[in-house]
Amino acid sequence: MIPQGEQGSADEGRPNLPDSSLGADRPLPLSVRSLTVSYDRKAVLWNVDLDVFAGRIVGVVGPNGAGKTTLIKAIMGLLPLQSGTILINGKPLKKQPGAIGYVPQRESVDWDFPVTVHDVVMMGTYGTLGLFRRPGRKQREICRRSLDQVHMSSYAHRQISNLSGGQQQRVFLARALAQEADLYLMDEPFAGVDAATEAAIIELLRTQRDTGRTILVIHHDLQSVADYFDDVLLLNRHVVAYGPVGDVFTVENLRTTYGGKLAVLPEHANGET
Amino acid sequence: MNMPPLIPPFDFQTHVLGPWSSPEIAAGTFWTMATCSLVAICCGLLGCFLIVQGLALIGDAISHTVLLGIVVAFLLTGQFSGMAMLIGAGLTGIVTALLIEFIHRSSRIKQDAAIGIVFTSLFALGVILLNTMASHQHIDADCVLFGDLEFAMFDTTKIFGVAIPRSAVQLTLVTAVVASVIALFYKELLVSAFDPQLAAVLGLKPRLVRYGLMGLLSLAVVSSFQAVGAILVVAMMIAPPATAYLLTDRLPKMLLLTVVAGVISAIVGVHVAFWLNAATAGAMVCVACGLFTLAFLFSPRHGLAVGALRRFRRDDPPLADELSVSA
Ligand SMILES: Nc1ncnc2c1ncn2[C@@H]1O[C@H](COP(=O)(O)OP(=O)(O)OP(=O)(O)O)[C@@H](O)[C@H]1O
Ligand SMILES: [Mg+2]
Repeated sequence: MIPQGEQGSADEGRPNLPDSSLGADRPLPLSVRSLTVSYDRKAVLWNVDLDVFAGRIVGVVGPNGAGKTTLIKAIMGLLPLQSGTILINGKPLKKQPGAIGYVPQRESVDWDFPVTVHDVVMMGTYGTLGLFRRPGRKQREICRRSLDQVHMSSYAHRQISNLSGGQQQRVFLARALAQEADLYLMDEPFAGVDAATEAAIIELLRTQRDTGRTILVIHHDLQSVADYFDDVLLLNRHVVAYGPVGDVFTVENLRTTYGGKLAVLPEHANGET
Repeated sequence: MNMPPLIPPFDFQTHVLGPWSSPEIAAGTFWTMATCSLVAICCGLLGCFLIVQGLALIGDAISHTVLLGIVVAFLLTGQFSGMAMLIGAGLTGIVTALLIEFIHRSSRIKQDAAIGIVFTSLFALGVILLNTMASHQHIDADCVLFGDLEFAMFDTTKIFGVAIPRSAVQLTLVTAVVASVIALFYKELLVSAFDPQLAAVLGLKPRLVRYGLMGLLSLAVVSSFQAVGAILVVAMMIAPPATAYLLTDRLPKMLLLTVVAGVISAIVGVHVAFWLNAATAGAMVCVACGLFTLAFLFSPRHGLAVGALRRFRRDDPPLADELSVSA
């Protein structure tokens, strides 16, 4: 691992944050260097550099097929990398199982699976348990607390198919909370949830951020980007722009990202004249 | 008409007490039942993890392709039993799973077609090798499909002075291994089955778990099929777990109910076979499918009849917590 000198890497992958001194002593929660990922030899992500700082909520925005899900899967080590390195807290993920809390797209599991809400949330604690160990009182306590945080305690003993879409999303959220990770990756957590649930989720993400956790969220609704996120990553096969929302979320950058296909410009985007 | 009736009249005295009437007959009945129960337990427990993932067909495939492993092991060692056969079968199971995944991943062929291709070609290869190079009095393709329970019951070994069929001994060991692996690696098996991506992120090695499962499945199959045949193995791998799946919403309960359904099928099946003078394996499959039908119709939550009744009544009050509005 070559230490990335602060002065040497003043590249486009690094936003100039007001409080970048925070990350100076601790390794970054997520650091991606010249990442290229391809399916069947066709590159989907091209030369991605990304440094995510602790205690930020980062929105990942881009058109369909931009490679957002691919980026998250690559960070989680689910895809073979064509080139590049990914470090979590300064180390490869392999050395620290469970360091990433993960909220998948809802369609990615079979909701008829014979498990209850409680069972699913409990799975979040398995990463730190170790071989042959069974969850005990401590894990049950974590599980109870996580369910409380997403207001799902009264559903704990329901089978998961008897839940609405928004409730299923909150189960995944509770499971990620139960992982007690420092870095969270979420693939469209707001897809198909109502406004009240969306507000509750974003509130929860903010409290998590305020305890120093870092959250990467794939998001499609451009109207709420400025409101929800501290930083934003505009992605379309490569990094179009990345930095604090105020600097980066501009009409020009959005045009570049969406390639003129942008029908409605978000009200809050900067640079309108 | 002087044809004998299709179904002989049922007589409690001869058909239920008959199989237990003398010590020798009772011992035979007991070991037949024990062997069939062990088959049902070890295949059923593993089958649970297949059917919750929609992989029942892989079980079907492996229960046939192990023939290739057995024949290859025979060609290498000259034996149709023992360690070599178990290892041969275990490896073929893993190779089957690997090949299926390889074809499915590296082309546009869907999983079901990949299973069909791998399963039939490896089985055919096994049959050809068996016919041409490994003729043996007790193994042929028929015997792989239907087993030979009578023969298995006579092939005994003495343990503490008691004559016990070899296949019962082997099945006891394999069932013990299967049960302990499930107990020890329950969380790995659960997460890999429910959400392989989460399992990978948590470092639970879902691919290793998957191939381990396939290896174990092959062990269970190869220990079972000599006595009862591949068809019963497939049935016991799928019918009791499917029955249990309809009756509960939690995996541990499903495993338990699978064991119960499997053992009931074995016990009732042996008596039904005696009554109808039919093949034990066939009778057992019929009982297992009968149990499935009952669950399919009358399961308290997922049953067809119960659902119809509920729609008919319409006055079912909604569950209390469905009324409360969540935050
Ligand atoms: N398993 C796969 N095999 C081959 N190509 C794939 C695979 N998954 C995705 N792709 C391709 O990679 C590109 C990026 O896909 P990805 O799922 O990362 O997009 P996304 O940004 O998440 O899109 P969306 O907003 O629609 O979810 C797409 O062009 C897609 O066709
Ligand atoms: Mg996506």
